[in-house]
Amino acid sequence: MAKRIDVSGLSAYYGSVRAIEDISLTVEPRTVTAFIGPSGCGKSTVLRTLNRMHEVIPGTRVEGKVMLDDVDLYGAGIDPVAVRRTIGMVFQRPNPFPTMSIYENVAAGLRLNGVRGKSDTDGIVEQSLRGANLWNEVKDRLNKPGMGLSGGQQQRLCIARAIAVSPDVLLMDEPCSALDPISTLAIEDLIAQLKNEYTIVIVTHNMQQAARVSDRTAFFNIEGTGKPGKLIEIDDTPRIFANPSQRATEDYITGRFG
Amino acid sequence: MSSDTPPVLAEPEGQAPEPVRARSALTEKAGLGDRAFAGSARAAAVFILVIMAAIAGFLIYQAVNAISQDKVNFLTSFAWDPDGNNTNGVPTFGIAAIAWGTLVTSVVGVLLGAPVAIGVALFITQYVPRKLGSFFGYIVDLLAAVPSVVYGLWGLLVLDRHMSGVSKLIEDVLGWIPMFKTNGTYGSSMFTAGVVLAIMILPIVAAISREIYKQTPREQIEAAYALGATKWEMIRLAVLPYGRSGVTSAVILGFGRALGETIAVAMVLTTVPGLVTRILQPGGNTIAANIAVQFGEAFTTGRQALIASGLVLFLMTLIVNYVARLVIRRSTNKAGA
Repeated sequence: MAKRIDVSGLSAYYGSVRAIEDISLTVEPRTVTAFIGPSGCGKSTVLRTLNRMHEVIPGTRVEGKVMLDDVDLYGAGIDPVAVRRTIGMVFQRPNPFPTMSIYENVAAGLRLNGVRGKSDTDGIVEQSLRGANLWNEVKDRLNKPGMGLSGGQQQRLCIARAIAVSPDVLLMDEPCSALDPISTLAIEDLIAQLKNEYTIVIVTHNMQQAARVSDRTAFFNIEGTGKPGKLIEIDDTPRIFANPSQRATEDYITGRFG
Repeated sequence: MSSDTPPVLAEPEGQAPEPVRARSALTEKAGLGDRAFAGSARAAAVFILVIMAAIAGFLIYQAVNAISQDKVNFLTSFAWDPDGNNTNGVPTFGIAAIAWGTLVTSVVGVLLGAPVAIGVALFITQYVPRKLGSFFGYIVDLLAAVPSVVYGLWGLLVLDRHMSGVSKLIEDVLGWIPMFKTNGTYGSSMFTAGVVLAIMILPIVAAISREIYKQTPREQIEAAYALGATKWEMIRLAVLPYGRSGVTSAVILGFGRALGETIAVAMVLTTVPGLVTRILQPGGNTIAANIAVQFGEAFTTGRQALIASGLVLFLMTLIVNYVARLVIRRSTNKAGA
């Protein structure tokens, strides 16, 4: 559970276009790290390299190292499928499987991991839904379609689905950008709880959100269109928002650009 | 309707923008061109309905005329002798045998063709790079451009020779089921016809399935991958459920095509009178093939009887399509979409 991520010299490409260049950063276990920065700065790309989702898109490629504790995720003999089983991901738009019930959605990852027994599955499904603060709302309709839930509930369902397989790390790609403020608050509360068990990395456009939920904040920026995104700085969140060491960070968080 | 259309939008497109005219845009009636277009579209629609009603009326009249002279039950009889060639002019005909043959050949065609078509669609959309995929898609589409009669010739002259081995194997393994027993001869059978039909419906089923699978939402695919799904697991979690209703309707559409396919089946089958239940040995007949083969030499009652059988085929296709709609409606309800 809850492992450290150590990124060094990471670059990622879409075809011949370099999206991010020479990123190095560390994510401590049981912390929330927020990635902020203007659109197109590559923060989502960095996130997607952490569980090897980047390479799902044809023609993409990654250079550099991503260490999960002492294992290089891009090392020889590493199976990207296994990487994704240990590093869970939640997406911008809630994406429960539309033909599946609430129960089946949470159990989907378990089935991939070969969990078959009904009582085992029942227990983990309940535990995951409780962990995602959704159990009380759905316990009477576990067999109803996941798509019947509200947007915020769907997103919590996706979080339950992600934590059901007990990942080491949880990646969240703008998890609240499609949600209303109340649902956003519910997710943020949930992140604060999940932090006790998981290493969490969250990409967000919302700087208040980064300030509210994260322990550390990484600011990414891009010099211009077509240029690769770079990490400007990473530091404790209060320091980034109160007294950043880079001018560009200060300009961004004070709303002078972006 | 023209009255619903805002007058501003009623202006013909493709003309240079005109300055705002003095007339009030709020009270202006639709222009002459607009009314003429609406009128001609309505006339075309009515014309189609009239033609269809006329055809239906003619066919039903002919069919009823033949059936009223039939001395055996039209729906349950296996005989086909509407001109009474063997019964001193007493018409005896029923569609049971040929309807059975139609169903059997089509079911064989779908059972063999649909899985291959779905496999082809999955391969093209999920497994090969996009450029290669569209090339493969083009090749499969070419299958649809081959005329029926060529499939018939190929089925008769080439495929049928090679079917005896397969048929014998099936008989050896499954011969304890009456349907797969033979009299020792193979070929020109309903099974061969089914294989030809499988190839003929493959392009349409593959093309529709391909278009559906291609539209699987990126979010669903990524949701599966992010859970640690392999490619095949991703397909099972995201692609197949997304495409299920559409692909089901594609398969049923293929079934409908197989039901109505005429000339290839007529060329492959060695027709024998009466009901044929053994699908591996020569024999069997379908409604469409029966019409094609018999029409030239049929007299008045014979032609009318063939028209009646055509109506039955039409009804079968209608039911098949209706079932397809039911399937689609039920699965979309379940998806909650």
